[in-house]
Amino acid sequence: MSPTLLLLLALGLGLAGWLAARARAWSFRRASPDGRLASLPSYHAWYVALWTVLPVLIFVGVWSAIAPGLVTQSVLATPAADQLPAFGFQRQTILNEARAVATGASQGVFNPLAREFVEPYREAISRYNWIGIIVTLAIAFLGGVWAFLRLKPDFAARNRVEKIVMAILLGASLVAILTTLGIFVSLVFETIRFFGMVNPIDFLFGTHWAPDPMANAENPDPTRYGAIPLFWGTLFIGAIIAMIVAIPLGLMSAIYLTQYANPKLRAWVKPALEILAGVPTVVYGYFAALTIAPAIRDFAISLGASSASSESALAAGLVMGVMIIPFVSSMADDSIAAVPQAMRDGSLAMGATTNETIRRVIVPAALPGIVAGVMLAISRAIGETMIVVMAASTAANLSANPLDSMTTVTVQIVAMLTGEGSFDHPATLSAFALGFVLFLVTLGLNFIALRVVKRFREAYE
Amino acid sequence: MVTVVHPNLTDTDAKMSARDVSVFYGDKKAIDDVSIDIPTKYVTAFIGPSGCGKSTFLRTLNRMNDTIPSARVEGEITLDGDNIYSPKLDVVQLRARVGMVFQKPNPFPKSIYDNIAYGPKIHGLAEGRDELDAVVEKSLRRAGLWEEVKDRLQDSGTALSGGQQQRLCIARAIAVDPEVILMDEPCSALDPIATAKIEELIDELNGRYAIVIVTHSMQQAARVSQRTAFFHLGKMVEYGRTSDIFTNPIEQRTQDYITGRYG
Repeated sequence: MSPTLLLLLALGLGLAGWLAARARAWSFRRASPDGRLASLPSYHAWYVALWTVLPVLIFVGVWSAIAPGLVTQSVLATPAADQLPAFGFQRQTILNEARAVATGASQGVFNPLAREFVEPYREAISRYNWIGIIVTLAIAFLGGVWAFLRLKPDFAARNRVEKIVMAILLGASLVAILTTLGIFVSLVFETIRFFGMVNPIDFLFGTHWAPDPMANAENPDPTRYGAIPLFWGTLFIGAIIAMIVAIPLGLMSAIYLTQYANPKLRAWVKPALEILAGVPTVVYGYFAALTIAPAIRDFAISLGASSASSESALAAGLVMGVMIIPFVSSMADDSIAAVPQAMRDGSLAMGATTNETIRRVIVPAALPGIVAGVMLAISRAIGETMIVVMAASTAANLSANPLDSMTTVTVQIVAMLTGEGSFDHPATLSAFALGFVLFLVTLGLNFIALRVVKRFREAYE
Repeated sequence: MVTVVHPNLTDTDAKMSARDVSVFYGDKKAIDDVSIDIPTKYVTAFIGPSGCGKSTFLRTLNRMNDTIPSARVEGEITLDGDNIYSPKLDVVQLRARVGMVFQKPNPFPKSIYDNIAYGPKIHGLAEGRDELDAVVEKSLRRAGLWEEVKDRLQDSGTALSGGQQQRLCIARAIAVDPEVILMDEPCSALDPIATAKIEELIDELNGRYAIVIVTHSMQQAARVSQRTAFFHLGKMVEYGRTSDIFTNPIEQRTQDYITGRYG
């Protein structure tokens, strides 16, 4: 029996519990002298239903994680297991084949040895399925009955349900946090492996980036793993060129929309600007690679540049800047709108023009929020992949000329992970070290930006 | 129904005059046909229950209603005989001549010095640092704040107490040397001690500037003003010397309001 069926069964039991508890609560209510209960009947019903379903959900989650392991263990306990090869990979293949046949996922076996295990698998699977079903039903029943027996006219079901709901919400928010932690931990392990092969100093401060996935993995050449050109390319494209585009345009559009535009125009322009944020980045990538980059190359050639590349940092940076405009604009919009109207009135009443009011009072007052918006935009820009994969190149140049081709950390992560090297080769593992650095940098930027925003909010509340 | 103007009111030197002024918010008429002369030398108080339009009318005097898109003003308001709603008039210069202090103190999030220097800077009233320093000191002295802040002019204006902030806002308004100062319930957010200081300050400024103060408090109007206008439901009901309005009101509604029958 599959987890889906178990869940449906549990939900059915929950519904039964719900109905039974509600009926019981109504009977309390009719019996009570003033027709009042400590909690409404529906809260009694939810209390029993939640106690029936939630423990089952937890059990099913845990059970589907451990049951396959238990099945394999019991198969390996059969006498036939002695014939299995000791080497992990072959052994695993045979077991997988046997399991596939046992569950009906495939018709026959390729390896004759696997045939020996089909029957034990089938038995073990059906045994553990039955255990699962019985335990599930037992848990649902016990939980429901226990909860049902606690119902009394003065039982505070409402408060308990509130607490359970709060716990569910807490669990939901923990999932995101735990996922972040999990990502971090997995990055850390691979990064440590990489730093065991290449010295972190060489990696962080070397100026030559040319990992060779075909070279001997045992003895990598540390001089080919200098990531400075990547950091520079990322900074140059994401934090310099893109921001030169995004900060003035985003800020000015925010000022126009909050201070000058009449409500009708604002209602039309603001969503249009937000659509820009909804365009998939891969589409921006086309635009950068097919339209902007050739135009920049032709322009550079017409100016007399000798070696204009069709993959320039400028093209990627410009398009990325356009992509970031809505972020800067909406953060700036929020923080400008948070400046109290009284400030604006005070300045206007002094005889300042709208423009003077904006430059001398509103923007300075909103500056912390604007800075935070820019930081979030930078952290997004340097983590952006698709545009640079399509418009920038993979050549790691350390150059200040925006017409040169450059590469970024994210481009190299893609290149290294999709390359030909084996998984434990330092060239592949370098992707994790790059990702780790990127993670730390964007985390730091976000952290600072959120702190700034928080302090700014407090200033006006 | 016509506004009752007390017959013994014989001011001849009107700084500002309103003639048949009506204000609309969209279709709603907030001010109905108000005519009044604001004298040069005295403090004029606008009193009346909440929502009677006294603040709205005050804001028409330096065209602060322009910042509300749906607001529309009919009639004529003059400053020294010039129509302030004439298309030829520069609203920037009008507001330099008619300053305003708001209900809630609203210092800019800048230093005390920069708060005062703001107006002189945007109007080019001071040349060089020394002149600006002098303007700042003079304004703060007039607002009675100099002794309290002279050692911390670079501190943020928002770090002052509420009463000090309001005096800072008055000093800020004085710094551009206006002819009229409008005050929109300047003490409603302050405690009694800070209120007393502001009232004292209004007394000192009286005579140097034409002052118009909107207030909820009849005691305050009686203490600081020489002329009082009573507003009710968007109309100006009665206008006269403060002593006459409070001791000898002509209209029944004025009498009811000042005796606390409503409002």
